[in-house]
Amino acid sequence: MNKHYLLPDISQPGKIGCSLPALDVPESKLPPRGLLRQDLELPEVSEVELIRYFTALSKLNYGVDTGFYPLGSCTMKYNPKCHEDIARLAGFAALHPLQPEESVQGALQLMFELQQCLAEITGMDATSLVPVAGAHGEFTGLLLAKAYHQDRGAKARKKILLTDSAHGTNPASAVMSGFEIGVVASDSEGNVDLKSLDAMMNEEVAGLTLTMPTTLGLFDPRILEISQLVHDRGGLLGADGANLNAFLGQVKFGELGYDYVQLNLHKTFSTPHGGGGPGSGPVCVRRSLADFLPSPVVIRNNGMYKLASPAKSIGKIANFCGNFGVMCKAYAYIRSLGAAGMKEVSEHAVLNANYLKEKLKPYYHLPYDRPCMHEVVFSGKRQKARGVHTVDIAKRLLDYGLHPPTVYFPLIVEEALMIEPTETESKQTIDVFIEAMKEIARDAENNPEVLHTAPHNTPVKRLDDARAARSPDLRWEMRT
Amino acid sequence: MASPYLPNTDADRRIMLQEIGVGSIDELFQDIPEQARHAQFQLPAPLSELELKKELGQLAGRNASLDRYACFLGAGSYHHFIPSTVEHIIGRSEFYTAYTPYQAEVSQGTLQAVYEYQSLVCQLTGMEVSNAGMYDCSTAAAEAALMACTIKKRGKVVMSNTVNPTYRDVVRTYVEARGFSVQTAEPNSPVISDSSCLIIQQPDFFGCLEEIETCVQKAHDVGALLIAIVDPISLGMFRAPGQYGADIAVADGQALGNPTSFGGPGLGIFACRREYLRQMPGRIVGKTVDVDGRPGYVMTLVTREQYIRRERATSNICTSEALMALAATVYLAALGRRGVRHVAELCYHKAHYAAERIAKLKGYSLVFSKPFFKEFAVRCPVAPSRINQALLNERIIGGLDISHIIDKAMLLCVTEMNTKQEIDRLVEILGGF
Repeated sequence: MNKHYLLPDISQPGKIGCSLPALDVPESKLPPRGLLRQDLELPEVSEVELIRYFTALSKLNYGVDTGFYPLGSCTMKYNPKCHEDIARLAGFAALHPLQPEESVQGALQLMFELQQCLAEITGMDATSLVPVAGAHGEFTGLLLAKAYHQDRGAKARKKILLTDSAHGTNPASAVMSGFEIGVVASDSEGNVDLKSLDAMMNEEVAGLTLTMPTTLGLFDPRILEISQLVHDRGGLLGADGANLNAFLGQVKFGELGYDYVQLNLHKTFSTPHGGGGPGSGPVCVRRSLADFLPSPVVIRNNGMYKLASPAKSIGKIANFCGNFGVMCKAYAYIRSLGAAGMKEVSEHAVLNANYLKEKLKPYYHLPYDRPCMHEVVFSGKRQKARGVHTVDIAKRLLDYGLHPPTVYFPLIVEEALMIEPTETESKQTIDVFIEAMKEIARDAENNPEVLHTAPHNTPVKRLDDARAARSPDLRWEMRT
Repeated sequence: MASPYLPNTDADRRIMLQEIGVGSIDELFQDIPEQARHAQFQLPAPLSELELKKELGQLAGRNASLDRYACFLGAGSYHHFIPSTVEHIIGRSEFYTAYTPYQAEVSQGTLQAVYEYQSLVCQLTGMEVSNAGMYDCSTAAAEAALMACTIKKRGKVVMSNTVNPTYRDVVRTYVEARGFSVQTAEPNSPVISDSSCLIIQQPDFFGCLEEIETCVQKAHDVGALLIAIVDPISLGMFRAPGQYGADIAVADGQALGNPTSFGGPGLGIFACRREYLRQMPGRIVGKTVDVDGRPGYVMTLVTREQYIRRERATSNICTSEALMALAATVYLAALGRRGVRHVAELCYHKAHYAAERIAKLKGYSLVFSKPFFKEFAVRCPVAPSRINQALLNERIIGGLDISHIIDKAMLLCVTEMNTKQEIDRLVEILGGF
């Protein structure tokens, strides 16, 4: 778009972007005037103008279908097109959540089988599909831990331990579920500092939330000792399952000693991110926690699928039974891969990340030089010494038509660059990224200005965040 | 056969392993304890695209979908018309395969669309500011209650007993998790003096519309916030929360261009007074300029959010149901000022036509005599489950059985999707009992 405009700018009285039927019943008396609204100022645009406006907007975006999108921790893998088509079938999309159960047996069967598949994949016994996002799943898992301890009379367990590399949602979810927080340190290898954990894991602690592999993209080799220690002290071990893509089809959380796992169907199970949702964040649990799951779960009774509320359920956490549309896509993904296909997914995800790590190691500081899992975390501190920051590197990648990695996370790595190529990228694509990163490293030495002023060929250049926050302009207004 | 989603060839793999300096992919997994490394998975055999479509198509075919069945069911999920423009825009993969717009320079499409969404929500609700979207109406109401507790530094939440029972359950889960308390009250009872907020629903769960001003006044008199849960389509005809003095308005945006989709995804609309902006949960997009002075959009006031503020964030929420919000944006723009009003009027008149005809049937009566929008409760001569069974046999999804709340009552919903012919058929079958 050459000229900047918004819907009110193209609105003209009398236009409409959709045709609607006429009233086919007699008009009824209107309610008292005090209930009615007189004005409703919304834009008026024709269909062609509407389509052109939003098509133009779409062209300003970058998606997985546009190109390489190595956002660490976000698992921006390719989203198979046939799964989109399946979720849009009227037999799935045009169902009301409160329809009689006998009229939605196909939908309930899909959910039942997805519950079972996810429990099998994680090595757990039961699944709740209700949480609609990763953070919602974390919140749910913590409520389960709380209910579990309260049920056993262990009311003093008011604290949740997290690692210093944890996602920001982990502490925020702990607060939302009414817990205090204790932060366990990471050691120099990037693993959980067992001494720190040992000192903190007492009878006030309900459990430990531990992303595996960690947000450093590393598998903690002492995970069995960690789970043993947590369990010996009466706690539960919960996973933020954002990084399951690292060992999908190879390792079960249950066999690592986890008690509950939150998954992100929009990451590991290939459902698209939608520019920020919808997601789906199921929680899988051991039998000891199954009775506490949120309502409803799908059960099978005499060949009929039904919605039920577990015996000691934590209650309702969302309107209905979860983001069914997202579940359809994840279920399709599981059915298209099978067990062997899933193992290949994680093998290629880890292969791609390690290849990228080795190729970039000479150019960027690698804080933890050991085999990584599905992602690798570099530090931009070598470039920082030349006055170039990670943000400059990220912005310069945009000039190459590549999406930058996650930056400045995890917090324990200075100038962090967290790169997750995913299994759906080819060696050729990764090589293009590697070459761009090498050139950027050279420019950081010889021509830092080109990085400071990047990006140069995006629809807009660097935007003034401070101004946006200082005097918030959050909407347009239309008045008659 | 090779997977279409794994582009590396065997040759690529060999070269990559060589570059890494290991002999096999297995060696890369050496940090995982040996005893946990070879799990066995009992999962269904893989399917090709053709087989997958066939099998899942059959599963979909086993459901009574609303393209083949007439639907008179609402209660929080609504069957409304979705113009083709909506599907086509949200079907553009530049939108649906993007992540949260952290890199603003290559996310202006998403960001500008969110700015449009926030604006349209404010216009529709009459509120001053809106966030970018939340999970659904129930969690938006729960977050609103928590926000009121923070603003008022009071730990008591009061809800009208005419609020959707599921919304009340979700609010209870969230509020009690934080150690605060929830109380349910008759709509006309006085507001408890140390409560942080009063939550009402307009139209309420039973479809009824009230004059809200007295509720607002009562809440404000004791220093509590008024949280209004609304039906966004109703705002095409009826007074908006901003007009009757609500402090926070929440709604489910599913009705605005999103399919019922068996209950999810939904879209939590969340708007409030500007003075509470910095306590608002969720993502917010703001307009700014780039280094050349060109207008552009960024995520703003991020110090409220979990990825910056961690345990001191206003919420743990990250997602904004962006694609659903985009659908709502396109929907509101496509219908515009006259279209939204027209859809509301179609719902109103058709629902009243249905209600009047049913009320005349022997054994049936309307439970409430208050004004209503598109939903109404009917007392039936027999158990509603029996009626619904008969309706289902005739390819009609009947109303919600609420006989556990009101004896032999059914909550019916009529929208623009229901033709006169469908309504007449419904009345005819009801008349058979």
